[in-house]
Amino acid sequence: MSISKLTPSSVDSAKPKINWARIDEADNFANTVKLYRQGKYDEDSFRRFRLQHGAYGTRMTSDYAMVRVKLPAGEIYPKQFETLSRLSEQYSIGSAHFSTRENIQLHWVILEDVSEIFRSLAEVGLTSREACGNSVRNVMCSPLSGVCSDEKFDSTPYALATAKFFLRNPMAQSLPRKFKFNFTCCEKHGMVRMVDVGLIPEIQQINGSKQKGFKIFLGGGLGNRSFVGHQLEDFTPEEDLLYTSIAVMRIFDRLGDRKNLARNRMRYLVNDMGWEKFQNLVLKERAIVRATQSVVTKLKVDTTPDKITRPLKISDEGGSSVPDGYARWLKSNTIKQKQSDYRSVFITLEAGDITSNQLNSMAALIREFSSEGKARSGFVQNVALRYVHEDDLVKLYSRLLETGLAKSGGLTMTAPVGCSGTTSCNLALTNSHRLAKEIQRKFLELKLDEDDDLADSSIKISGCPNSCAQHGIATIGFFGGGGRLGKDMYPNYQMSLGGRFDADTTLGQTCLRVPAKRVIPVILKIIELFKANKQSDDTLKSWIHRIVNDSEDSDIKSIGDIKKVLEPLVAPPTKEDDPDFYLDYGSDTSYHTKTGKGECAA
Amino acid sequence: MCCLTESVKVTTDIDSLRSEIRDNSVRVIDVRREGDYKQDHIPNSVNLPLATLLSDDSPERVLKLVNSLGIDDETPVVVYDDTFGALASRVAWTLEWIGHSDVTLLETTYGNWKSLGLETDSLTPEISNKEHSMNLQSNILATSEYLESVKSRDDVILIDNRERLNYLEQHIPGAVSLPYRTLASSDGILRSKEDMKRLFDNRDISGDSEIITYCGSVGTLSGLAYYALKSAGLSNTKLYVRSFKEWKNLEKPTDKQQDANYWDLSAE
Ligand code: HEM
Ligand code: SF4
Repeated sequence: MSISKLTPSSVDSAKPKINWARIDEADNFANTVKLYRQGKYDEDSFRRFRLQHGAYGTRMTSDYAMVRVKLPAGEIYPKQFETLSRLSEQYSIGSAHFSTRENIQLHWVILEDVSEIFRSLAEVGLTSREACGNSVRNVMCSPLSGVCSDEKFDSTPYALATAKFFLRNPMAQSLPRKFKFNFTCCEKHGMVRMVDVGLIPEIQQINGSKQKGFKIFLGGGLGNRSFVGHQLEDFTPEEDLLYTSIAVMRIFDRLGDRKNLARNRMRYLVNDMGWEKFQNLVLKERAIVRATQSVVTKLKVDTTPDKITRPLKISDEGGSSVPDGYARWLKSNTIKQKQSDYRSVFITLEAGDITSNQLNSMAALIREFSSEGKARSGFVQNVALRYVHEDDLVKLYSRLLETGLAKSGGLTMTAPVGCSGTTSCNLALTNSHRLAKEIQRKFLELKLDEDDDLADSSIKISGCPNSCAQHGIATIGFFGGGGRLGKDMYPNYQMSLGGRFDADTTLGQTCLRVPAKRVIPVILKIIELFKANKQSDDTLKSWIHRIVNDSEDSDIKSIGDIKKVLEPLVAPPTKEDDPDFYLDYGSDTSYHTKTGKGECAA
Repeated sequence: MCCLTESVKVTTDIDSLRSEIRDNSVRVIDVRREGDYKQDHIPNSVNLPLATLLSDDSPERVLKLVNSLGIDDETPVVVYDDTFGALASRVAWTLEWIGHSDVTLLETTYGNWKSLGLETDSLTPEISNKEHSMNLQSNILATSEYLESVKSRDDVILIDNRERLNYLEQHIPGAVSLPYRTLASSDGILRSKEDMKRLFDNRDISGDSEIITYCGSVGTLSGLAYYALKSAGLSNTKLYVRSFKEWKNLEKPTDKQQDANYWDLSAE
């Protein structure tokens, strides 16, 4: 008798529709690592190979990698959670990390073990292939697609089909640089103007019949220099989705800058060429693609609706007692779906980190509470459990409390985004990751998640100018650098205000440099200024928006006025007076900037 | 030496153990705490709590314990625990050390045994003393002096079986990290032989080297690794039984992964 035959296997109501994996890639990776270690593979080709397969380098070492597992359209199923839980314990640090682009990452993995991870991922249909490198990165979709009350239709099947089409596609194996698609549900919930190709579902009446299609935005993106995307045309019918994508990628492939790695994202091409010229090129190229490829090439869009079945009667033992904090959580972590009686529940993590136990709990929670039998990762290092019946919310909250997943404020400013920073990234100058956690802890303690005025603002913190945390589009954004008083260095952040990623997408304006240990008091001071000067229906976001647009007429009229108030807070004390000021969060040795070879351009 | 990569049987499967128990041809050792054992255990098993063993694990004392459990040189012994095989491994290794060759680990934990609905019992069997000989196997034991003496040899591989973050923070210089969780499968205390071989092969951990395992304190996690290596045919393996706890107490040198705040990635 073998054990596995006896272990009861749980039956899942939903199974992945697409198998993204290829098991032979595990063997291939293992063999290539061996050749590389034997010196039979040169450094550069190995790095390209490694990145193509989704394994990033790690801070100050060549022994470890970060494996970035793609969750196309953000979808993740119970068995996949369980596998990730096991992998995080076996090959990583006992935690995994939800990123801002619907990837889940395993850090500090020994390079020689990466192939073992691939092998296990393949068993549950997941891959990290083309999660890094010059390829089509994970295709994102709004975590609310399919349930958002403002959406024209569910774009999830289109996101999945696009991901499937480009994964391992020869045309996408050596682009000048990485290439990103974001699908959304509506203007409000997506990030379509800050990406190479952003898509909002749209319906038009054409000859009296309803036609599905998209509003497509091209050439946006964040980074050392950020740009807002341009809308290609009023309406792109769904048949043209693939042709447009191919056309844009062909132009980028042909004309993108392959020499200057620092400015080879497509947004630079669009900017250098000018939008109108680029737009014309795309339209022309699309005509060619359409004429030459129409017979063979098609997106396989599977629009069969998901089965929605409320999991078998959830037991009501424990009676109807409502735990403390429930109302607070309900308000700041859940959204009513367009389907009546259902909500989407956002689970807030600390800067995206989740323990292996919690990953296992997620599998159980999906089985118990989600009527669609899967979860979706979000844009802010979080994960959403959707199709939770209103009647099951109290019970779910109690279960989340037991597993440490019940933090409130998920959809508010109290859940900042923080990139990896010095926890693992080679280019990091500060511990942005820990700072995000510190802010969240402090703000929850102060119950700022209950303040409606702060709900639609955001805080995002990158550990260097590269914008991985998307600080440029945050209401209050930070990127790390070093500060200096005499010969003593301290961790410092450049702060920007007024960024946004909705229909009025704009980049924040630089305000001033804030030492790491003053970030929290500075944000609190900004909130205080806002409270003193706001109009009755203002939110922090709308108030700052007026200031950056020169249309505010209270005492605080400009970024300069804010800066003046904050300046006294950011003056560095001497090292003797305040030694802690000179230490970064999570570190007890004196601060110095140290970076290794970055791989963003690889 | 000829047989370095020949696999050795290190576990006993459930079916075999049940029939051996029926035939009364095995001594089963339960290494859980006495209270747990008293409640229920695998029928006919005897109790040797790990703590009892560790309170004095000199060869003479171990021999006495072994005798009192009715084990002589010929008795097949199977050890089990409810902590993923780590405590059982430490006990099994100790038996091997004093010269008992026929000792294996139950392939699964007691918890799993129970959840499979297999038979349990709360009776303590009557045991008559036996005479075991003493044949100390010093070649499977590593001491801190021994570690120092081989530190410049590149045919010795030192393996740290603690969790990755602990390893990054501090480890014996030259050690490689292989967290104990890596050794298990989802339902057994050790992965399949093929899986284990592939993992070691990827890491270039091979029979050409002598291997030493260690963990945080008393050689449990690293005991499991000792058996994992054996199961994959890597028998030239030693256990640094006093492990990192002793190493630190002796204030021996350690290494650290510098300039990175990996702890802050943990959600614990
Ligand atoms: C010059 C180098 C780099 C640039 C310009 C860059 C740029 C970016 C940008 C703009 C994003 C935002 C996601 C989005 O597109 O919406 C991003 C995401 C991210 N980057 Fe970087 N990056 C660089 C290097 C790195 C390095 C070295 C690491 C560390 C291993 C890293 C880790 C991440 C992570 C974890 C994300 C989260 C999103 C994801 O899953 O893709 N980046 N990067
Ligand atoms: S923003 Fe800088 S520090 Fe943060 S992950 Fe990106 S490259 Fe690293």
